[in-house]
Amino acid sequence: MANILMLALSAILIENFVFVKFYGICPFLGVSQKVETAVGMGLAVTFTMTIASALTWPVYHFILVPLELEYLETIAFILLIACLVQFIEMFLQKSIPSLYSALGIYLPLITTNCAVLGVALLNVQEGFNFIESTVYGFAAGLGFLLAIFLLALIRERIEFARIPKSFRGVPIALIAGGLLALAFSGLRISL
Amino acid sequence: MLQDLPMGLEILYTVLILASIALVLGALLAVAAKIFAVRKDPRIDKIIDCLAGANCGGCGYSGCAAYARAIVEDGAEVGQCPVCDAESSQAIADIMGVEVKHPVRRRAQVMCSGVHGAASYKYLYRGLADCHSVARLGNGPRECSHGCIGLGSCVSACAFDAIHVKDGVAIVDYDKCRACGMCVSACPQHIIELVPFESRYWIGCGSHDKGNVVRSYCDKGCISCGLCVRNCPNHAITMNENIARINYDLCTSCGLCMSKCPRHIIYDGYGPDGKPGVEIKQ
Repeated sequence: MANILMLALSAILIENFVFVKFYGICPFLGVSQKVETAVGMGLAVTFTMTIASALTWPVYHFILVPLELEYLETIAFILLIACLVQFIEMFLQKSIPSLYSALGIYLPLITTNCAVLGVALLNVQEGFNFIESTVYGFAAGLGFLLAIFLLALIRERIEFARIPKSFRGVPIALIAGGLLALAFSGLRISL
Repeated sequence: MLQDLPMGLEILYTVLILASIALVLGALLAVAAKIFAVRKDPRIDKIIDCLAGANCGGCGYSGCAAYARAIVEDGAEVGQCPVCDAESSQAIADIMGVEVKHPVRRRAQVMCSGVHGAASYKYLYRGLADCHSVARLGNGPRECSHGCIGLGSCVSACAFDAIHVKDGVAIVDYDKCRACGMCVSACPQHIIELVPFESRYWIGCGSHDKGNVVRSYCDKGCISCGLCVRNCPNHAITMNENIARINYDLCTSCGLCMSKCPRHIIYDGYGPDGKPGVEIKQ
């Protein structure tokens, strides 16, 4: 239990997917103008990463390993995640239309999000069992949520700042994201 | 297991296994698509294509998609979009099979001409480039607490690049203006108004202070003398709260008020320089 808690905490803060591993930078920059949509995106990614972790584990261990096809993991996972996102999109459109329209174009973008594929591949690399995989996926998603939430808070403030024209928009967001990553790397060193 | 097979067969089986995984997933998706199918009126997408996509909110709905949905589902009026030209409005009307109701074209007008040099300042402001922030600091840096602050909250609100700050006062480019009203609600001083596009004359002051007070801090302020009110042959100008305002329903653009104003703050929007609204006479 303590082991799993440690794993989760480390995935959120110390090995943060965005700030330390630099996965999922596209939605991190694309959907972080407003706190509201950023949190929506963060929740969607968390949800997808948890389910992706839980689904890729049996596919790997019950289909790919017995057939000695481990080298196909990347292709198989892409296939699985793409279908999963498609399914989530249909589900949201039917059940929660407001969240569906709020996420807009970014929901299909999760399909090719390297954070989701990354967590599935890391689960295999680290040799996690099913519970560990699911928890790791969920915690990594929470880490992404934390990162995008923090950047959105900062960007909402930046909107009103007098910044040089050439730095407005994405450049200043990249600088802010870089400083955040520096701060998070401090957490890593102190441990 | 598969490695024991000959090379060709190994590749074949590998491909088959991957294909069968894909087939199963595809079948599941097909079933899900049936279960979670959402019926959507195809006209909504067609109307969205006709609209400008600026999501300015000038129609009164939260965005182009919301307006399109309102037209199809709630029977909203076609032609409320201030951005659409006649052609796209007609296209939408054709999709819905109704007549277009053309709204009168309007434009935004900033009711202040207190350019640098004309208006005096209480303090120098350095900080957030946002009119709302500075409006909280004693109604802005100018002595006049009603005039344009000139930090461009309206400029950033405009989706059409139609309003710019020049010499400390926001000026509307009439040709680009689509009268969506975003600048009107963005202005903390409430000095931007929507006026008929064809109207020529406008009064370049928004101060509600008394005449002698206005005279003390701005060379371009209305001193509420009432000369324009008395001289207007159509009684189109009224004096309300120490400020003259033109009623454009009555105005015939004769230009008498402009020649009578002792402060020279009634301007011809389509003046001699040919660029409407860009030039304010000093």
